[in-house]
Amino acid sequence: MLKQTEGSHAVAEAIALRRPEVICAYPITPQTHIVDGLGEMVKTGDLANCEFINVESEFAAMSVAIGASAAGARTYTATASQGLLFMAEAVYNAAGLGLPIVMTIGNRAIGAPINIWNDHSDSMSMRDAGWIQLYAETNQEALDLHIQAFRLAEELSCPVMVCVDGFILTHAYDRVDVPAQEQVDAYLPPFIPRQVLDPTQPISIGAMVGPEAFMEVRYLAHHKQLRALGLIPQLSDEFKRRFGRASGGLLRTYRTEDADTIVVALGSVNGTIQEVVDEMRAQGSRIGSVSICSFRPFPLDATREALGRAKRVVVMEKSLAVGLGGHLSDGVRKSLSGIVLNGYTVIAGLGGRPITRSSLRQLFRDAEQDELEQVTFLDLNADLVAHELAREAQARASGPTAEAILRRIGTVASQIT
Amino acid sequence: MKAKPIQDSAMEMQPIKFYQTATFTVGNRLLGEHERSVQANMRRTNSLNSGHRACQGCGEALGARYAIDAAMRASASQLAAVNATGCLEVFSTPYPETSWQIPWIHSLFGNAAAVASGVAAAMRVKGREDVRVIAQGGDGGTTDIGFGCLSGMFERNDDVLYICYDNEAYMNTGVQRSSATPPAARTATTAAVGSAPGNVFGTGKNVPLIAMAHRIPYVATASVANLRDLEFKVTKAMPIRGSRYIHIHVPCPLGWGSAPADTIKVARLAVESGLFPLFEAEHGEIVNSTKIRRKVPVDEYLSLQKRFAHLFAKPGDSTRIALIQAIADHNVKRFELLA
Repeated sequence: MLKQTEGSHAVAEAIALRRPEVICAYPITPQTHIVDGLGEMVKTGDLANCEFINVESEFAAMSVAIGASAAGARTYTATASQGLLFMAEAVYNAAGLGLPIVMTIGNRAIGAPINIWNDHSDSMSMRDAGWIQLYAETNQEALDLHIQAFRLAEELSCPVMVCVDGFILTHAYDRVDVPAQEQVDAYLPPFIPRQVLDPTQPISIGAMVGPEAFMEVRYLAHHKQLRALGLIPQLSDEFKRRFGRASGGLLRTYRTEDADTIVVALGSVNGTIQEVVDEMRAQGSRIGSVSICSFRPFPLDATREALGRAKRVVVMEKSLAVGLGGHLSDGVRKSLSGIVLNGYTVIAGLGGRPITRSSLRQLFRDAEQDELEQVTFLDLNADLVAHELAREAQARASGPTAEAILRRIGTVASQIT
Repeated sequence: MKAKPIQDSAMEMQPIKFYQTATFTVGNRLLGEHERSVQANMRRTNSLNSGHRACQGCGEALGARYAIDAAMRASASQLAAVNATGCLEVFSTPYPETSWQIPWIHSLFGNAAAVASGVAAAMRVKGREDVRVIAQGGDGGTTDIGFGCLSGMFERNDDVLYICYDNEAYMNTGVQRSSATPPAARTATTAAVGSAPGNVFGTGKNVPLIAMAHRIPYVATASVANLRDLEFKVTKAMPIRGSRYIHIHVPCPLGWGSAPADTIKVARLAVESGLFPLFEAEHGEIVNSTKIRRKVPVDEYLSLQKRFAHLFAKPGDSTRIALIQAIADHNVKRFELLA
């Protein structure tokens, strides 16, 4: 059924269609509308046979999810930013225990300085926690990925994070096609847990593992993700057959067939990138783009296949690997081992900085001329940075950086045109 | 793995004589079969089975064995347990061996209460409300790092019995101070050096009282010195729906510097001095406290433990012993421990 609705609400509807049995959540912007919606559905009875638990922290949210999942319930939670960091220990634990929990991340920056707007710093911080990480490009894909996520999680007994750009997707109203319950039920078999706390078959879960077996247990976590590399495209294909639209998969290429320059990115920014690709194509550029949906497992072979014939690759990152550059670039460059081409990392959109078509146009033109730095900060205010560095050099006790920069900028509201 | 109840009815009458001296406990020999302790019955489930790696004289192993077997009987063996990281977790599951004869999960140090809330929610939604859920941890996992999750579980009145085995410090990591460490006690992080050796006075928290402030249906303190009372309280707590909390005092010979053979004696002196009051509370109100039959000065309790040895080294720290006595005397008054 077609609906004009908010991204968060679309995600909530997708979760409800998956018949979750335990939902636990602690509020954090921009995740709130998702769990608000689910809480209401449980309270009205529209989402039957489901426990909604208001917990006291994100650490507790993931811990309740661990208990519920270990006791055999289909379990969901959602968080963002600081919340994901606060639950970090339990995030690793859920993956280590092999519990098929699904969690939405409403992607948001991490402080300090505190910032509620979108970038990918939060989910990137958990990229090696053992969770599968899928990034949604549109609201429709956010909805669809959640439907696929439970199937993926339960088949592999591995938790799945669906990453949805905060505000840009979570708070945007868009047209989405909400599938019927019967369709979703046919796609997702009932949950049969691999392990369950059951008095009729008492087992101990969570024993200490020493050097004699730890490597093997960790390898098997890696192996599970390698299996996901095969399963993710399969589930996406089956989804397309049943629901009539392509969503998910490892990655999607856009006009890359004969491209000399290929831009790679995660999430919603791909929409803007594709528009700029169209404009530049119309003017004769041989440019294309790749939207990576599955960041963990990272599709090395598919990425190599998509990029290997280009002359240059521009990796757009909404997170900063401080002291190095970008996280996505690591995987992209690894996938291109032995292939000689020019690779650029572009850090863009941190803390919600708009990524505009005009900035991208200029950026991609510079890339085509191979005039980019190894690591470029898109739309960085170089004057502001230079001024602050000079100010800090004047005095040892120069005070906090962020506040000094804000003072320099002045009131933002007066600058909106 | 599964505990098998012994079918032979001739075995149910156990010839073991079960005495505890200097308490109100009556030997099982004198009681009718239905009044005998859970442990005295051959049908006990041995939920924390023998062969685990606890130290000699471990109060926690003893407390857990009595508590969980009593819980098993009270729940008709429909029980699942969540364990915080700590001694109990480590010594009970040297995999591939496990002492647990019940479904048991260990997740993290600080989240046992929340994991248990999740298990209880899953049982509810699965229509398995007959399966009762216990969370358990040491004092560090309960009063410090797990405190946020514990308070959340209490506040939501989640259907879990939380048992804290309080040995008054982080024993598993090498005896560091916790918020349950008593004043003057020597730990690795409150060394017995300087002008005021050992843990400082005026710190720490009383989690049973904090649990009561959540007005949960049942809170109790218990001690391995009074195992019948411990069994009674667990048995009483089990059928109650909502959050329940039992805080059990469990001496640690290693951390306290007491003789392994003295575990019960030390625990009893803690009770009889008034330093560890035994009481029950319902919905935030104290409903019962165990009377002290023979009140003893705190020295008798303290002097058995090397962690307090600096109080007794010449010339003797009578000032701070008096401060500890004052704490005991206050407890006696506050909890009405004298008949």
